Amino acid sequence: MVEELSLPKLNFPTTDLKAEVQDLDFYYGTSKALKNVNMSVPARKVTALIGPSGCGKTTLLRCFNRMHDLYPGNRYDGQIMLDGINILDRKVDPIEVRMRISMVFQRPNPFPKSIYDNVAYGLRVQGLTKRQAVDEKVEQALKSAALWSEVKDRLTESAYALSGGQQQRLCIARAIATDPDIVLFDEPTSALDPIATASIEDLVNELKQQVTILIVTHSMQQAARLSDYTAFMYLGELLEFNQTNVLFNQPAHKRTQDYVSGRFG
Amino acid sequence: MSNSSPALPKSNRFTKHKGAREWQERVIEFVLFLAGFSCVLTTFAIMEILVVESWHFFQTVSIVEFVTSKDWSPLFEPPGYGILPLISGTLTTTAVALSVAIPMGLIAAVYLSEFASGKLRETVKPILELLAAIPTVVYGYFALLLVIPILQWLYSFVGPTLSNIFPAIFPVEMSGFNMLGAGVVMGLMITPMISSISEDAMRAVPNMLREGSYATGATKLQTALQVVFPAAISGIFAAVILGISRAVGETMIVAIAAGLQPNFTFNPLDSAATMTAYIVQVSLGDLPHGTIQYQSIFAVGLTLVLITLVFNILGYFLSKRFREIY
Amino acid sequence: MAPAELSAQSLSPAHNAVSRRQLISSSFAILGLLVIFIALMVLLALVTSLVLQGAPRLNWKFFTSFPSSDPLEAGILAAWVGSVLVMLTTMLFAIPLGVAAGIYLEEYAPKNWLAALIEINVTNLAGVPSIVYGLLALGLFSQQLNLGESVLTAGLTLALLILPIVIVTTREALRAIPNLLREAAYALGASRWQMIWDHILPYSFGSILTGIIIGMSRAIGETAPLITIGALTFIAFLPPLPIQPEFPFISFEWLTAPFTVMPIQMFNWVSRPEQEFQVNAAAAGVVLIVMTLTLNGFAIYLRYRFRKGVKW
Repeated sequence: MVEELSLPKLNFPTTDLKAEVQDLDFYYGTSKALKNVNMSVPARKVTALIGPSGCGKTTLLRCFNRMHDLYPGNRYDGQIMLDGINILDRKVDPIEVRMRISMVFQRPNPFPKSIYDNVAYGLRVQGLTKRQAVDEKVEQALKSAALWSEVKDRLTESAYALSGGQQQRLCIARAIATDPDIVLFDEPTSALDPIATASIEDLVNELKQQVTILIVTHSMQQAARLSDYTAFMYLGELLEFNQTNVLFNQPAHKRTQDYVSGRFG
Repeated sequence: MSNSSPALPKSNRFTKHKGAREWQERVIEFVLFLAGFSCVLTTFAIMEILVVESWHFFQTVSIVEFVTSKDWSPLFEPPGYGILPLISGTLTTTAVALSVAIPMGLIAAVYLSEFASGKLRETVKPILELLAAIPTVVYGYFALLLVIPILQWLYSFVGPTLSNIFPAIFPVEMSGFNMLGAGVVMGLMITPMISSISEDAMRAVPNMLREGSYATGATKLQTALQVVFPAAISGIFAAVILGISRAVGETMIVAIAAGLQPNFTFNPLDSAATMTAYIVQVSLGDLPHGTIQYQSIFAVGLTLVLITLVFNILGYFLSKRFREIY
Repeated sequence: MAPAELSAQSLSPAHNAVSRRQLISSSFAILGLLVIFIALMVLLALVTSLVLQGAPRLNWKFFTSFPSSDPLEAGILAAWVGSVLVMLTTMLFAIPLGVAAGIYLEEYAPKNWLAALIEINVTNLAGVPSIVYGLLALGLFSQQLNLGESVLTAGLTLALLILPIVIVTTREALRAIPNLLREAAYALGASRWQMIWDHILPYSFGSILTGIIIGMSRAIGETAPLITIGALTFIAFLPPLPIQPEFPFISFEWLTAPFTVMPIQMFNWVSRPEQEFQVNAAAAGVVLIVMTLTLNGFAIYLRYRFRKGVKW
């Protein structure tokens, strides 16, 4: 047996847990991509998922909003508990899950619509039709995404007129407009330049006052800068999960140490 | 040769074959160019033939009569040369066909692109393509001997009542040749084409847009109609426009099932001739070269080409206007 | 923690609204299936009605008899031989011309107005109604070039008609070949034509062939342009065969012979008022459908095979 399996469960003080992953296995067809993952997602904190490419960090993230349901042949085994409900249960509608757990993607993916319509999209599909209410929510979301001052005079312009960094902030506005409980970030800065990256990181720091954030990143510096908690994943397993400063400074596992000190990955 | 310095001896092994090889390559390129240019020549030839024969036609018939008169009877005495009845026939059959083909084609496309499993799509698509490959003369048979009789039977339940209320629009009995039957079958024929091209356009929409939509809690239908469909709208316009030109230019179905009498009407229950059907009708007889009737089919052909050209230009600008960069 | 009971509760207060949205979405899926079902039923109804009506005529005699005023005696000998000869002529012109034009546009054409002009014309020609090709043939081939109402005129007409299809599929096939292979050939010292002839054409052969077959299936069912050039409907003799028993064994006389083809024969029978001729029409329709569906089925099979076999 591999040593990592004997890892102790959470060993840090947690006050408020938003979600909890319990004995999660995940299969792409017959290949097992996640092996017995257990972790907690503390409320209104930033939790980072790090690890070498192919370790399953994005796979784990996409379990949270059931993105894997979109493609045939995928199978979950285990639970992710949110408010006492296992959101991976077949009887739970993935659409309801996604209404409460929204997502920001690796590359900015605004819809070919106006800036306003992009942010309003989630509200509208969820049934909010009153013009005034939508207006308010859109403005609020764009302000939270630190984009309002840049776009308030051109809300009807196409979202493609924005720069890459602005597009990503627009996608963040889209994700938070519906007041989700958790926002998932899948390497949100990997397609951006350093300046745009800095502005997104500032934004993530701001947002954690309001929502719980789960972020996948390939950059250890980013994890160290942004997150309160960090999970290190390796070959589909969660090797170590701890407060970020503990994980980076006193890692319990040799592999974690090798990775965070840049020896592999 | 610009890139070989004059100091090199003539038999240098790098330049020895260069001249011959370049010459050979140029000849090949020129031959291939000629093949491509044959398309340009074809277009010119089409326009030349149509314009020259129409020119002769308009020496006898005034253009004003041609575009304003509602009497098309070139084979009778006195002849009438107003193209409006043929245009009304063409537009009516086209409208009937599109009202079948656009909803059916687009629903099928959205379903196949966004809802169906890969396996179902791979099975259904080729079968639908077969539907589009069946010769139009067979569709004509289908319209005349199967679809119109069924429509007549259905109409027999409502026809007498309707003709009492609106005698001007509804006949008591449906004629055995009518634009409705021809149009419906034409619509069925172009449905696979509209569906296939629109589906390709929707499948080309990047998956990350779909994921973005699903991530906000949208259903499949919301994602399909509010994100994928608008993103693919330029390709969908192209499909519809192609469907229109197919319907306007379709010949055999209308020649067989819509009747051949020119009739200025937009009522699909009537029988009427289209522009294409008239050309077929004249060609079936043995008209000597140089007669006014012979020239008339070229004038009708020119009108047909101009109408399809208008639709194609319209389609070009529509797709361009709505082209999205995703 | 045990998973909570889900039957009565849900994640969000908007549970009912979500169910309604899901219901609308699923209803659309049913509508979509229904539309596809209707389309497939149409295909089935079309084929079944033809086969049922045409069955009594589908015998050997039908294939070996000339047309006749007696529907029971009439057959499709002249029509199917005519179709085969016209198809041969069409292939003879459309394949080299179309493939060459496709190669030019994809591999050679510089970015200038002349190449753009050719491209626009290819797109345009694809949208020209087929009967207009008939008018072109009537005015140009039959009258000006004096080729008359011959197999050659018909073949040339249909060749021009399917030229855009062949060109477009050839281009798509060539475009699918990755540039790496072109560069590999150049790096070994191949000239442009050697690169195309030795590498690009063989690799894209399957896709090009698929396009040619689709074009042929289109041509074999075309009726309108051939009516326009004056194809006869009553032919009681066969054109001289291309292969002759005596020297020089090959004859081109058939090119100038008058002809009829399957779709025209069928059209002729459909337009007769007598019920018995409708049976002939149905039987001819069955033969015609078998011809086009075989060609198309073959093309689909080829596309499937080549797509499966080749991985770039």
